[in-house]
Amino acid sequence: MGLLDARISNRNVLVTSVDNVMNWARLSSLWPMGFGLACCAIEMMATNASNYDLERFGIFPRSSPRQSDLMIVAGTVTMKMAEKVVTLYEQMPEPRYVLSMGSCSNCGGPYWNHGYHVLKGVDRVIPVDVYVPGCPPRPEALIGGLLKIQELVRMEGIGVSRQEALKKLAEKSVDPQQVIGQARKATA
Amino acid sequence: MQELGKADLNSTRIIPQGDNRVVIEKDLDTEYMVLSMGPQHPSTHGVLRLECITDGEVVVEAEPYLGYLHRCFEKYCEKVDYPGIVPYTDRMDYLAGINNEMAFCITVEKLLDIEIPRRVEFIRVITAELNRIASHLVAIGTYGIDLGAFTPFLFCFRDREHILNLLEWISGARMLYNYVWIGGLSYDVPADFKKRVDEFVTYFKPKVVELYQLLTTNEIFVKRTKGIGIMPADVAINYGWSGPMLRGSGVDWDLRRNDPYSVYPELDFKVALPDPKFCEIGDSLARHLVRAIEIDESLKIIEQCLDKMPEVDGFDPRAAIPKKIRPKAGEVYGRAENPRGELGFYIQSDGKSTKPLRCKARSSCFVNLSAMKDLSKGQLIPDLVAIIGSIDIVLGEVDR
Amino acid sequence: MPAAVQQSKAAYDIIRERFGEAVSECDANPTMPFFEVADTSKWADIALFMRDDSRLKFNYMACLSGVDYMEQGQLGIVCNLESIGGPTHKIAVKVKCARDGGSIPSVSCVWHTANWHEREAYDMYGMTFEGHPDHRRILCPEDWTGFPLRKDYQVQETYHGIKVPY
Repeated sequence: MGLLDARISNRNVLVTSVDNVMNWARLSSLWPMGFGLACCAIEMMATNASNYDLERFGIFPRSSPRQSDLMIVAGTVTMKMAEKVVTLYEQMPEPRYVLSMGSCSNCGGPYWNHGYHVLKGVDRVIPVDVYVPGCPPRPEALIGGLLKIQELVRMEGIGVSRQEALKKLAEKSVDPQQVIGQARKATA
Repeated sequence: MQELGKADLNSTRIIPQGDNRVVIEKDLDTEYMVLSMGPQHPSTHGVLRLECITDGEVVVEAEPYLGYLHRCFEKYCEKVDYPGIVPYTDRMDYLAGINNEMAFCITVEKLLDIEIPRRVEFIRVITAELNRIASHLVAIGTYGIDLGAFTPFLFCFRDREHILNLLEWISGARMLYNYVWIGGLSYDVPADFKKRVDEFVTYFKPKVVELYQLLTTNEIFVKRTKGIGIMPADVAINYGWSGPMLRGSGVDWDLRRNDPYSVYPELDFKVALPDPKFCEIGDSLARHLVRAIEIDESLKIIEQCLDKMPEVDGFDPRAAIPKKIRPKAGEVYGRAENPRGELGFYIQSDGKSTKPLRCKARSSCFVNLSAMKDLSKGQLIPDLVAIIGSIDIVLGEVDR
Repeated sequence: MPAAVQQSKAAYDIIRERFGEAVSECDANPTMPFFEVADTSKWADIALFMRDDSRLKFNYMACLSGVDYMEQGQLGIVCNLESIGGPTHKIAVKVKCARDGGSIPSVSCVWHTANWHEREAYDMYGMTFEGHPDHRRILCPEDWTGFPLRKDYQVQETYHGIKVPY
């Protein structure tokens, strides 16, 4: 049990809330749907592969939407694909999360003005929880986005709606610029 | 390949005949079932949709449906100026960005009729060949996954990261580089570029042998691919196949040699052809073999280029770039050998504007995939996966 | 004249000799030598001749691009042909038709490559290919309105209730 073992000796009683246990279990086994659309999908594959190894976060791609908690929209969503994306989203069991990876699925990316066949942002058809910018985002950026999803799971609980959780996340989120600034001040 | 024979009992039997062939005997007429594979499917390599008409386990016909990643490349070509198109070419075949940029740039340079510095040419060839290796590694790795071998995928991606690190170091991006510009490069290579590429080549050579032992000679892998999806040479030419697909059918054709561009005529490399002792000419294994051999050849090309690349003090790779890129009126069809075959650009310029009047990308995957209907006839469904994997499609290039 | 252009010219002369006025003069420019098919109905015959004649052997169609000639009120295709394993010549062929309701004979039975390329040209420009075995859109959805690469194309406002422009 790793970290837990170090804290708890034999036959100890652990008292915590149901919410905490549930969230801990859910956030350490986020299973995304193996669903690649375009360039970003290759970076998603690279994140799953040897160098970045997503499995250490308990994230392992599943082939079926019915077994997955998380949809990573990795790449350009086109008009032809949009309805398919909605169908896939509806097939996923609740609670489900959506991570929009890359500029194309965030807002149309480089295809925003003349791309007649490109959907300008996947949030026009399904609700998105976390956006990861980049074209394509580096694996580190994707991992950052996934950690954000884990944080969101932590904010949830029985009787707490997704909107409230997202609000809490926004309140608690730290501005990285501020952190860097503080660190710089401390070293200076 | 299966033969559908006559039989008299009311069941379907699959009789193994050794050497990876099966005879499927069937008697009573069964009902055909339409099986839709994709656009979300783990082994269609993206958003391809195949509508398979199946008779039990046998595919009667598989019709590909495209367009799920149609990103209006050709519309953008008419809306942005020539240098602005280069980043969009990256996003076509996103596994081989530099090769795409190079194909587009040499086409426009042909129309502009300008001279490129020799050092630029060598850098282009080195980066393009590095990118070719990276692309083939993805092709081979994902082909392994399709056929149930997960470990080669991890090995391939581990080595691919080394190449991506090199390319990131010189261009600033991991996948979509915008490094090759019309008439030059965006930046010169860093100071100890030669040393680090040389280190990579030394590191990578034993890994190629390792990959060969791990996957290419693996008995299960050979059984799954040998004799599957055979394409005769003349049909392949008629279908317009190119690249590793065409060479897999035994046609000795490589644009780097047959329609040379850049500095390829000065380099010594051999055109990869499959070994008939090891595979059947034109089957999925042959196409895989060609890719494996091409990795070796690319390494050879890189080594030669590192030797021959001239060192220039205070070299400016942007010096030869024209101030305003406005080609004279005319048309051109230029092409280059991509990891997946011939990538061609047909460009029409009216001589007045800085934007092309028409730019059509002839993508290799699009043409290679068009033979899918013929290749899939009478195959088993698991073999269909082996065939799609061996075509090595990138949907960004199929749909553009 | 560069050697490659001379080869194309020689190939053109053989075609001209066989078909006479059905093909226009050869444009022997250095970047892409081409000729135009003046009599569009002969295009399939010319294609078959180009593929099967022992002196020409254009067995490989590299590319087929649709083009919109808006000023002339015409649509067209440009085919880049060459030979694998035969002579080393290359040539491009242009075929044109009227912008509204124009049609071009299909050559997908001559080169299988043309099958999907013609579907794409139809998808993007809207000319019909007579005798095409599978005449449908290929990239855009079946119920898409308009032909996107025409110069006067206006993108539709919504598709299945989803807003299309940014």
